Amino acid sequence: MTANGIVQIAVFFLIILALAKPLGTFMARLFEGKRTFLHPLLRPFETLTYKLIGINEAQEQRWTQYTASLIAFSIFSFLFVYGLQRLQGVLPLNPQGFNAGNVSPDLAFNTAVSFVTNTNWQSYSGESTLSYLVQMAALTVQNFASAAAGIAVAIALTRGFARQQAKTVGNFWVDLTRATVYILLPLSLLCALVLCSQGVVQNLHPYTTAQTLEGAKQVIAQGPVASQEAIKMLGTNGGGFFNANSAHPFENPTPFTNLLQMVMIFAIPAALAYTFGCMVGDRRQGWTIFTAFSVMFLAGALACYWAEQKGNPNFSKLGVETRVTAGQSGGNMEGKETRFGIAASALFTTVTTDASCGAVNNAHDSLTPLGGLVPLFNMQTGEVIFGGVGAGLYGILLYAILAVFIAGLMVGRTPEYVGKKIEGKEVKMAMLAMIATAFSILVLAAMSSVISFPSPTKDAKGQAVAHSYWNPPGAATANLNNSGAHGFTENLYAYTSGTANNGSAFAGLNANTPWYNLTLGLAMLMGRFFFLIPLLAAAGSLAAKKKVAETLGTLPTHGPLFVGLLVGTVLLVGALTFFPALALGPIVEHYLMLGGKLFAFAVFPIWS
Amino acid sequence: MFRQFMPALRMTVLLTVLTGLIYPGVVTGICQVLFKKQADGSLLARNGKVIGSALLGQNFAKPEYFHPRPSAAGNDGYDATASSGSNLGPTSQKLFDRMKTAAEQFRKENPEYLGTIPADALTASGSGLDPDISLANAQAQAARIARARNVPASAIAYLIESNSKGRDLGFLGEPRLNVLEANLALDRQFPAEPVQVK
Repeated sequence: MTANGIVQIAVFFLIILALAKPLGTFMARLFEGKRTFLHPLLRPFETLTYKLIGINEAQEQRWTQYTASLIAFSIFSFLFVYGLQRLQGVLPLNPQGFNAGNVSPDLAFNTAVSFVTNTNWQSYSGESTLSYLVQMAALTVQNFASAAAGIAVAIALTRGFARQQAKTVGNFWVDLTRATVYILLPLSLLCALVLCSQGVVQNLHPYTTAQTLEGAKQVIAQGPVASQEAIKMLGTNGGGFFNANSAHPFENPTPFTNLLQMVMIFAIPAALAYTFGCMVGDRRQGWTIFTAFSVMFLAGALACYWAEQKGNPNFSKLGVETRVTAGQSGGNMEGKETRFGIAASALFTTVTTDASCGAVNNAHDSLTPLGGLVPLFNMQTGEVIFGGVGAGLYGILLYAILAVFIAGLMVGRTPEYVGKKIEGKEVKMAMLAMIATAFSILVLAAMSSVISFPSPTKDAKGQAVAHSYWNPPGAATANLNNSGAHGFTENLYAYTSGTANNGSAFAGLNANTPWYNLTLGLAMLMGRFFFLIPLLAAAGSLAAKKKVAETLGTLPTHGPLFVGLLVGTVLLVGALTFFPALALGPIVEHYLMLGGKLFAFAVFPIWS
Repeated sequence: MFRQFMPALRMTVLLTVLTGLIYPGVVTGICQVLFKKQADGSLLARNGKVIGSALLGQNFAKPEYFHPRPSAAGNDGYDATASSGSNLGPTSQKLFDRMKTAAEQFRKENPEYLGTIPADALTASGSGLDPDISLANAQAQAARIARARNVPASAIAYLIESNSKGRDLGFLGEPRLNVLEANLALDRQFPAEPVQVK
């Protein structure tokens, strides 16, 4: 690791720290219905929205109505995204002439679920699959909508802690509108212009044909990228316009845009921790959460950087320089861009998987085993290290509920968090969310590791019929690009990423078959809704409670002790749930790599 | 829940128009006026013909040019409609074999260079379109280019130095050389009749 690399990590962290308070205060005022400096400009748009969708701004909802609104909105969003993809051939803004043939029904289902749940897992390559219209009117829209919905849920849960003896937790439509109009749209507009000025493309031209210096033909994919890139990062969505995502120079052209993109990922989740402190009337609570986030983030960033800089000992045998020398960055450069080098790539990997972003500026599949363990573990915590916009806050509050519950059991007191008694209902809801996500990751990854599809049967004339619809005949693991422990990790990573609503990939897995598209779609749905609905239920029951007065016997939920307790709970729950799977994947691969063991691809007989 | 269907439908339509058409439209309009060149892909032209983008790598195999990194984009590499990394893991035999072949080729092409091979010269980038190489990689190729263009090696070393980019703001990312821009500079400054190998 170099001093310069550490400086890059430190400067990034200081920017996030500096932004948390101003942005957090702004959001707290906004969601408490107070005026902000943007109101003179944007208030008319906000009220116009309420008029157009026909709701009353002042009318609040119970948690059940709030949830129903969210689900209804998600259903229509899903239908729009699905429909636009399948109809792209007859719709305008399609200079490359993509059509429904590029988007099979199962792929369209997967992509629609993926973008509605803020996952942005992509079984397709953007530049060879989707028209500009679909990228804009389907995917960019969901980047806004799913992020705004995440913020809304986090705010509703915060209100649960802030209010007492209340029947309602806010109005979903109002929270959704405010998050979009005052936060996401203005910031996206600003960031899109900065990104474009640095070289991110923004046009509706057909692809450009160039004749290279050596006389070959190079077709250059174009598109309205900057506008999508901005919200892709700010909304922690992460679905790239191009297949290579933020490694593509048209999405992320310079080390400066790389820093900006990482700041955009963390800005809102970090500020929401402060917003929480403001809204429950005790800023120390917000800083405590922020500190817990930071400890886990910095540990992950340094671990990933260390592993990647150390590189792959097998490469050294070939006379490759894996140490840092003057003029080159050494380390494991497979899958990484020269302009970012090791430090900025490892940092990006950590940031994008801490938050549920999932954009990548390097190929995660080519990370060293321990370097790849970091993003995998980050996601398996349930995305609670800063986390997705909104999702990070409601995720860590779930862990806070568990932490006070565990501490309460140890010292024999009724657990309380920010003045609310934590009782059976809240703990049950928190556990339901935990178990549902662990189930989704482990069971689905296990199924894909062992399932095998039958060969086609032959009819009386000896002709093959019933071609396997779900996947090519044979083992589902034949879709992997790597074998051995690394192949298992590709599978585990996919279901972890889907369930955690992250969307990054060990991209060697060919996931564009009905089996993978549908099971990954299922994982994303479970990860989003079985996490979010129990928490909204907890919000409802918390809001109805009285605040209890703080006494000498109250366990303080701020300060270093609680940071330790909270981080400990996250690590322990994560470690105990996923350690066996991680031991079979990256951990064993690490030792195999050190031992010089390589895996040739096992050939599965396909038409046996 | 059905009571929420009408607001949900209207909200979906409204957001589609606002964030799916108006927002990208406005960004396109502003960028096309303020940052026309960047918005269109930072295209480079020579003699009025588009020869590529300053941000995207392209294949170079001739000895008188800087060679880019290996690429996994498309079948032949540097396919700007199929960006991709190799997605090969650290214990992949395929990756090891590919790097071994590339190492042998690098040695053969650059017999004057005797040091360890810079990591970026044998590894494929994440996008498959990496426009840059490291400065150490460029310097390792300098003697070959000098020979092919029949100019002193110091001239190539100077060209690398004057065309290289440092870290952004002094600390971000890594120093690098843009291969296409450097090769254009080579053709401009040393319009070589490349030495024919007989």
